Amino acid sequence: MMDKIRQDFPILSRKINGKPLVYLDNAATSQKPKAVLDMLVHYYTKHNANVHRGVHTLSQEATEEYELARKVVGNFVGVKDTGEIIFVKNATEALNLIAYSWGRNNISKNDEIVVTVAEHHSNFVVWQQLARENGAVLKVVPVDENGEVDPVAFKKAITSRTKLVSFFHVSNVLGTVNDVRRLSTIAHRLSPKAVVIVDGAQAVPHMKVDIAKIGCDFYVFTGHKMLGPTGIGVLWGRRELLEKMPPFLFGGDMISKVSLSGTSWNELPWKFEAGTPDAAAAVGLMAAVEYLEKIGMDKVREHEVELTRYAIKKLSAIPEVEIYGPLPRHSELDSESRSRNEFGMTNRAGVISFNVGPIHAHDVASILDAEGIAIRSGHHCAQPLMNFLGIESAARVSFYIYNTKEEVDKFIAGIEKVISIFKPKLTRIVSPNVSEYSHNNGRRIRI
Amino acid sequence: MNLDTLYREEILEHWQNPQNFGKMRGADLVIEQVNPLCGDQVTFFFKIESGKIKDVSFEGSGCAISIASASMLSGVIKNKPIAALSKITGKNVLSLMGADKNSFPPARLKCAFLSLEAVRKIGQMQAD
Repeated sequence: MMDKIRQDFPILSRKINGKPLVYLDNAATSQKPKAVLDMLVHYYTKHNANVHRGVHTLSQEATEEYELARKVVGNFVGVKDTGEIIFVKNATEALNLIAYSWGRNNISKNDEIVVTVAEHHSNFVVWQQLARENGAVLKVVPVDENGEVDPVAFKKAITSRTKLVSFFHVSNVLGTVNDVRRLSTIAHRLSPKAVVIVDGAQAVPHMKVDIAKIGCDFYVFTGHKMLGPTGIGVLWGRRELLEKMPPFLFGGDMISKVSLSGTSWNELPWKFEAGTPDAAAAVGLMAAVEYLEKIGMDKVREHEVELTRYAIKKLSAIPEVEIYGPLPRHSELDSESRSRNEFGMTNRAGVISFNVGPIHAHDVASILDAEGIAIRSGHHCAQPLMNFLGIESAARVSFYIYNTKEEVDKFIAGIEKVISIFKPKLTRIVSPNVSEYSHNNGRRIRI
Repeated sequence: MNLDTLYREEILEHWQNPQNFGKMRGADLVIEQVNPLCGDQVTFFFKIESGKIKDVSFEGSGCAISIASASMLSGVIKNKPIAALSKITGKNVLSLMGADKNSFPPARLKCAFLSLEAVRKIGQMQAD
């Protein structure tokens, strides 16, 4: 089955620096199967016209395709009411839409906004900015050693003044999977008037998500991380909230009637979709969803759990490597007979962040790139979390359905190569030779 | 990209044992430079006397390329007139590192030039 899946992704036959591409940067963006690429070509060659505009055949076809995409994508995440599925550019835009339309109108001076320290900047900076503009208080909840939201601190942070709570479903750095249902229940219980937002950008591509069962008020995700094209994301919101919210962008398609004295807004979801939407990308996302459904999200998750477990086992055998995020106990790594639920891996998605001794993540990534292996390095758009972990940067691998154990082996061999290049230099301590200075050894040498 | 140039002995040596590394007490000028793409940062400390860099040190966190270029650059600018600093080019820095523009992928050129950007600021500051 794996061979067949890999054949569906044309880019995987590319060579990088003379070596076969090993693409392990899926948390940044996923590759696209032929079904999605073909769908884009199909849309532009057969149905292209502006949606919701004309009475001519093509315009109707384009509109039908676009609205069918909304239905299929909604179904995929357990949403029946298509009015609640708003197409946006990406998860960042979805969060900004909430912040501008709901936030600017409902957050007042001294209200509290609660987020966690492990948010992606897109789910942090928007709220920091909103708090600043409206005089609200931004509270940042820590995570525990596994990267899970600390339930005690979470409960303590939410008070009757809390109006907005936003947290990740899956951490883009640590891979931690939050119990979003429980966190939503707690937040609503402690502050019934607070809205709860879940950032699902790293969850929807990799596991079965049923938004209706979470109990949150808004849920956001993006297409390009789930085999879909760039430029298409989804904001889901509860209808009663969305109906009360003013539009975020103004222009065509979002109006019902325009006159010189005023304008009335279109129905949901179009009220929030001003201007010509990226219909082709929406249709491409539909093809991605259909592709994932054909494989089955349980299979996707199972495959990633297995790869992650395998990679962690191999990585933890290298003494120079420090892994961040939830780890299975060693006994669990070795007991092949245990059921998957006991691997200690159920609370980690296919994301592993790590460092190799004092070697900077960029150096690790450059050396791997020379081997054709694509990994992420840097702060992962999560600087508050980096500070919290006491590191400046990290390297990260993240898996998807087309990755294999052989690729993990190549990656591990790449890490061995990194160590062999730096090894002769890892044994000595940085000793600044400017004796009159008070030295601040920013770099730790631990090997 | 050639790993042998990128991580040749001299660069690793400077990474491991950077020259002029550390905070300077009583510096006349402190310039901080951040690479927003990766969060790496370098802080340069200068002691200035009669238009010359009397002493220089730096501290920061970064990859081997950015630390090595900071270390090498700090050695070169010591005792140089400030006016000369704005004339240092990227090409100069690369040749200090035994490299040229083809040695680094574009993303890593930013690492190599992080310190140069900090050092150029002082030249421009004095010119203003």
